[in-house]
Amino acid sequence: MASKSWLNFLTFLCGSAIGFLLCSQLFSILLGEQGDIPPNVLHNDPHARHSDDNGQNHLEGQMNFNADSSQHKDENTDIAENLYQKVKILCWVMTGPQNLEKKAKHVKATWAQRCNKVLFMSSEENKDFPAVGLKTKEGRDQLYWKTIKAFQYVHEHYLEDADWFLKADDDTYVILDNLRWLLSKYDPEEPIYFGRRFKPYVKQGYMSGGAGYVLSKEALKRFVDAFKTDKCTHSSSIEDLALGRCMEIINVEAGDSRDTTGKETFHPFVPEHHLIKGYLPRTFWYWNYNYYPPVEGPGCCSDLAVSFHYVDSTTMYELEYLVYHLRPYGYLYRYQPTLPEDTLKEISQANKNEDTKVKLGNP
Amino acid sequence: MVSASGTSFLKGMLLGSISWVLITMFGQIHIRHRGQTQDHEHHHLRPPNRNNILNTSKVILMELSKSIRVFCIIFGESEDKSYWAVLKETWTKHCDKAELYNTKNDNLFNIESNDRWAQMRTTYKYVFEKYGDNYNWFFLALPTTFAVIENLKYLLFTRDASQPFYLGHTVISGDLEYVTVEGGIVLSRESMKRLNRLLNNSETCADQSVIWKLSEDKQLAICLKYAGVHAENAEDYEGRDVFNTKPIAQLIEEALSNNPQQVVEGCCSDLAVTFNGLTPQKMEVMMYGLYRLRAFGHYFNDTLVFLPPVGSEND
Repeated sequence: MASKSWLNFLTFLCGSAIGFLLCSQLFSILLGEQGDIPPNVLHNDPHARHSDDNGQNHLEGQMNFNADSSQHKDENTDIAENLYQKVKILCWVMTGPQNLEKKAKHVKATWAQRCNKVLFMSSEENKDFPAVGLKTKEGRDQLYWKTIKAFQYVHEHYLEDADWFLKADDDTYVILDNLRWLLSKYDPEEPIYFGRRFKPYVKQGYMSGGAGYVLSKEALKRFVDAFKTDKCTHSSSIEDLALGRCMEIINVEAGDSRDTTGKETFHPFVPEHHLIKGYLPRTFWYWNYNYYPPVEGPGCCSDLAVSFHYVDSTTMYELEYLVYHLRPYGYLYRYQPTLPEDTLKEISQANKNEDTKVKLGNP
Repeated sequence: MVSASGTSFLKGMLLGSISWVLITMFGQIHIRHRGQTQDHEHHHLRPPNRNNILNTSKVILMELSKSIRVFCIIFGESEDKSYWAVLKETWTKHCDKAELYNTKNDNLFNIESNDRWAQMRTTYKYVFEKYGDNYNWFFLALPTTFAVIENLKYLLFTRDASQPFYLGHTVISGDLEYVTVEGGIVLSRESMKRLNRLLNNSETCADQSVIWKLSEDKQLAICLKYAGVHAENAEDYEGRDVFNTKPIAQLIEEALSNNPQQVVEGCCSDLAVTFNGLTPQKMEVMMYGLYRLRAFGHYFNDTLVFLPPVGSEND
């Protein structure tokens, strides 16, 4: 009798222990569904497009890092503002109806605000975003056609509003201040364009589409003219190569965009892919495409980098934070790029009462 | 007979499940309640008042920046030797001195290789005995943490290391406020002194665990409390945490998923000191993003000057 009730009691205890454990296990399994972040896909073709998204988590909201301007009370932006007025850049971002909310939105929330003028180019017009409708189809084989139409649109409506015309993708991150520093040494009336220079197929090289490229005003005029006079073909499935061929035909020079220490400024990948030795396998196309000797590790990338590509939404905000916000207080950077001479003169004229060096503090 | 034990088994399972649910629910309510009562006991520490600094002479400021000497303790676990190779080449170069302590370290951790609190006590004792005189701030971090030592020094430079400071990213658990080890733990020399006095002379700081094991960061807080040292949460001028227990990408994603329909303000402080959860590759990327990549034409009138370390490529 006693043993039976004791057995019952034991079973009861067993049951409660199992019930308890089962519940907690179930709960942790349900929560543990986070899963690993899919590794960054290495695009095995220089002209690979990003139509396939690997269904990565797409960010719903938007972040405005400039909301807390009080953190920047000690910041002196005179030189950046001076360059903004002197080196006017119009940016147009290649996007599509499917990507306005997924990608272009985050471009708009971050670097696009620093362009003198920004346009989002899509196949269809979207008045709310706003996006320009190029009246083309979407798809990889339409890219060159979209590029031509976009430049034609810019030429028709905004030629006199800027000196330089930048094309970027909706997964490119561009640091406009550094682009202005690069371009400040050149005359927009010269026929020249800059980007990440690749060597195959075109004698003077051509610029990677994804890393972004920027045309001088003269280059834009000649490019648009080339289609009116049939100097360049309209059809190609490889946008950047076709543009590069056209540039060579119309005698627009492929410029050297490296900084004064020879480090690249336009990048076809995110920083991690360039900084980590061995990340890009030796058999990868990149090593044979780069016009200048390619470097991996810390020498890969200029302190004054202009662009990165294959940047997902989270990384857009991370780059925005690293470039414009997070800083090591009081740090004396190793690379001290020189200021454009006439800019320095203008600034000291504008601030006759203050000593320029004191005002600049730690560059 | 069988059916009787069967039903009692089922009854037992039911009771077990219900009790689990109740315990979890009450646990959550308890924590939330604590969080809401922003009691006066929650301590905050912010960077120095900018106006006060501007009036101090340049010479004094230079001397001050050199006088903040930070010793970095990397508190490793047994397999973490690979991390040390990367840490040595990245942010720890900016410490005045940095050392790794893990279970492979001769003699230090030979007792109880799983008892993190015992390992921590041994480490703090060793460091204080050997280095207590030459450094005035002691910063303990996990091997997955990235720290910006310049911003740490800026936070500390007007504080007197002969006062008991204990700061980082704090959490309140019951009536204990403690600095989480994931965010990094900063102790002034005075705090180290008091801690070591307790560790050497008494059993006060032995394991405080009752039912389940208390984490080593909680144990440290309990121990320091006996010595009159209280935790403070380090923040910037806007009250934002500068010690972070997560990587930047996660902080961004969390901020955005909490407010999907709105535009939120930036996730992180300009003068952040730590981020945690970084792989060795991400550490290299941080070195570039922090010490090199920047926007041309933006200058800061900083009162301290920190030179780059000698013989280094990535910063």
